[in-house]
Amino acid sequence: MNFFHRVPNFNFMGGRRIATVFSLVLIVVSFASIFTRGLNFGIDFTGGVLLEVEYAGPADLAAIRETLTQAGFSTPLVQNFGTVSDALIRLPPQEGQDGGEIRDRVLSVLQAHDPSVELRRIEFVGPQVGADLTEQGSLAMLIALILIFIYVMLRFRWKFAAGAIAALIHDVIILVGFFSVFGIGFDLTILAAILATIGYSLNDTIVVFDRIRENFRLIRRGSPDEIINSSINQMLARTLITAMTTALVLVALFVLGGESVSGFALALIVGILVGTYSSIYIASAAALALDVSPVDLIPPKREAIDDLP
Amino acid sequence: MNRYPLWKNVLVVGVILFGALVASPNLFGDDPALQITREDGNDVAELTVGRITSVLETQGIEFSQAGIEGGAAVVRFPDVDSQLRASAVLNEELPLYVVALTLAPRTPAVLRALGLRPMSLGLDLRGGVHFLYQVDLDTAIRQYIETYEGDLRADLREAGIRNRVRLNGNVIEVPILDPAQLDEAETIVRMLDPLIEVRSATFGADRGFRVQLSPAQITERQNFAIQQNTITLRNRVNELGVAEPVVQRQGLDRILVQLPGVQDPSQAERILGATATLEFRLVDTENDAFEAERRNRPPLNSILRADRDGVPILLRREVIVSGDQLTDATFGYSQGQPAVFVRLNSQGASRMLDTTQANLNRPMAILFIEEKPEIVERDGEQVLRTTREETVLSSPVIRGVFSSNFQITGITPFEGQDLALLLRAGALATPIVKVEERTIGPSLGQDNIERGRTAVMTGFLVVVLFMALYYRGFGMIANVALFANVVLIIALLSLLQASLTLPGIAGIVLTVGMAVDANVLIFERIREELRNGNSPQASIRAGYEKAFSTIADANITTLIAAMVLFAFGTGPIKGFAVTLTLGIITSMFTAIIGTRAIVNALYGYRQVKRLSIGGRAQHA
Repeated sequence: MNFFHRVPNFNFMGGRRIATVFSLVLIVVSFASIFTRGLNFGIDFTGGVLLEVEYAGPADLAAIRETLTQAGFSTPLVQNFGTVSDALIRLPPQEGQDGGEIRDRVLSVLQAHDPSVELRRIEFVGPQVGADLTEQGSLAMLIALILIFIYVMLRFRWKFAAGAIAALIHDVIILVGFFSVFGIGFDLTILAAILATIGYSLNDTIVVFDRIRENFRLIRRGSPDEIINSSINQMLARTLITAMTTALVLVALFVLGGESVSGFALALIVGILVGTYSSIYIASAAALALDVSPVDLIPPKREAIDDLP
Repeated sequence: MNRYPLWKNVLVVGVILFGALVASPNLFGDDPALQITREDGNDVAELTVGRITSVLETQGIEFSQAGIEGGAAVVRFPDVDSQLRASAVLNEELPLYVVALTLAPRTPAVLRALGLRPMSLGLDLRGGVHFLYQVDLDTAIRQYIETYEGDLRADLREAGIRNRVRLNGNVIEVPILDPAQLDEAETIVRMLDPLIEVRSATFGADRGFRVQLSPAQITERQNFAIQQNTITLRNRVNELGVAEPVVQRQGLDRILVQLPGVQDPSQAERILGATATLEFRLVDTENDAFEAERRNRPPLNSILRADRDGVPILLRREVIVSGDQLTDATFGYSQGQPAVFVRLNSQGASRMLDTTQANLNRPMAILFIEEKPEIVERDGEQVLRTTREETVLSSPVIRGVFSSNFQITGITPFEGQDLALLLRAGALATPIVKVEERTIGPSLGQDNIERGRTAVMTGFLVVVLFMALYYRGFGMIANVALFANVVLIIALLSLLQASLTLPGIAGIVLTVGMAVDANVLIFERIREELRNGNSPQASIRAGYEKAFSTIADANITTLIAAMVLFAFGTGPIKGFAVTLTLGIITSMFTAIIGTRAIVNALYGYRQVKRLSIGGRAQHA
């Protein structure tokens, strides 16, 4: 089996203006959505109480909502979770109330309403923990980006590092935008998925950069965009195969892993799509826009060592 | 030639075999079991196991095995039903023991003897309760500075220095009304504690001092507050009878408590919230304690208590000092003798001074008081009842006059450490607040395990199938490496005893998808070399060599992301980061060195015309 019978010759760099416009549109839409609609943060970030309960029969969501509201819980969020007999109940954080009390009261109210209710999971997160998490999460993302920038700069010089980071920031914005546009719950595991996407997308970018560097050494003639183009084409089969195997296992995880990891799997699937796209178009195009030349690629020290007999 | 030196082949085979051995305990599953430990923490005797089995036999409860494992008696049962029945019976029969429900791995004795254990499962997979407490460090510091304020006020008053000591935030302001007394006052202030920071200051018309804790003291005090709460919580958790509980500090000011298998968070919370304190009282030596015990009536002005071994002691009714007057207790050595150094606040100190002056060479008892909530069955219903337990920890003889600082001697080092812990844990309560709670029901845990297993296996099969179709023979080699990779991840997780969580499983799934990337890079490169007209042997060599730096670069960057996740993440994120990191490292080994060993063994010793690597653009 073979994706391409010989090395393909798509003109990726020729299409980079269209790609740039496309990416800009996605980024604008993402930002617009993040600022107007915001993110559907999970209780990991907002604090509050979350219960997963299972009923003997189908869960009557309207009745659960009604019961809770009557018992004095404001704006309970009740939805199905996985199967029809499972319900997920979310209560916003309440000032000065102990999580334990809320939990016990919710449970007794639900039991009075339908004794068949069985508790599957309760989570209570204080608002302080949520605030810390947002701070730590942003910090983690920033530090990851800085460390990666340093590593790529050491291995490839700064223009490529800038290209790689541009691609990563592009990925993160579009990924977060995706969660905002579709209003999918954004919890701790999604944050982990975004950081994993950074790793994956970068992996892809590095592979292409590596080939570009090699070709700059081999093919002394040829304009930078020709060399970049043929490098991307040479790695295209690999890029697609790896994206495919990874996406396949993630689809398995999305379908079979249950509701608790489906958001995580979805984030990664989208992340891999965006990451693959960005390592082809954004990373290389950004490097090209910075007027990359063979000098920018070959770390002088390394070259000196290589030249030793 | 494409041949590996012997040592490399031995290394590959050795690592894989070792991995398989370490991972093997995971194949055996586990039994519902009871873990029985002594309340005092000592090892369970062989004799007790005999008692347990005879109790179970008389009650007609079936069990499959009973024995001692790591200082605890472990009884295994064929089903959960008999486990629960046995738990109820044994709780009744063994009052001095803690009976905990647990799952005992069915690891064969040979592997157990080698110290091999299966992976430990996180709470989301086995069910249980997770609490995160935040220690109120501000209050801890505040309480600490208040004890100094009180001491200072008393010391100055005693020396006849007119002052207007007050607390302003966390600073003690010490205006001295008579300037002539300034020097004398300074000596007293500095005597308070050599570590404390003292600065001269003016307060309106008055001159005086500003006293505050040094940064070192603040850090020490914060650590102390966390440590003391951790100990308190650990003591409570031990009361709960939970197998493999986790109580550990997390971050600057939080304490994590994980109780696997516990299903009722409110019960757990009530028991964790138990309180303890202590009192110092004089021992009543004029009356006979045994006599009082026999008649079950203590003399007037005395109370009857017992020490930890159940020996009765009569104590005087008046309390000299109670726990809330204690500010610190540490274990150490005094003139070669193990001792507990105790510090009291000014009020406690002056009472202690008066008492010791009047009672030299008489014994004084330290009474430990614990309010312990427990669940009891009353009329077929579970009721929460608080019991008050009072135990005499020790009754040393007063050897000298002392006040705020004194030592308790005449104890073994082991007892001393315990006593210091108990005194601190029991007496000094820095407020803690629960900031996070997660309870996972057992059915959800089981579902999660099943879902995770299905997802890993399906993902694995899909990738295996794809690789075999796309790369033929080389694809199968990559598949062998992929399998070895999963075995190695499981082996490392078992070795490190890092908890496997659902996000951790997701990390394994992701690794399975990404691990073949190294092989894809190598195989694509080999195909390319073949297309360029190189010989199969040369193509293999070039493929591995040229792909290597790319693979290393790509994996190192992913590793950076995983490490950052690990450093910043808590709970679920950490589990994911651990398996991702391990997966990247093991995949580098299996996908590069592992597959090369197989390729070399298959192709390295003969003339090769064609490689089974798929694709049509090969030169024959």
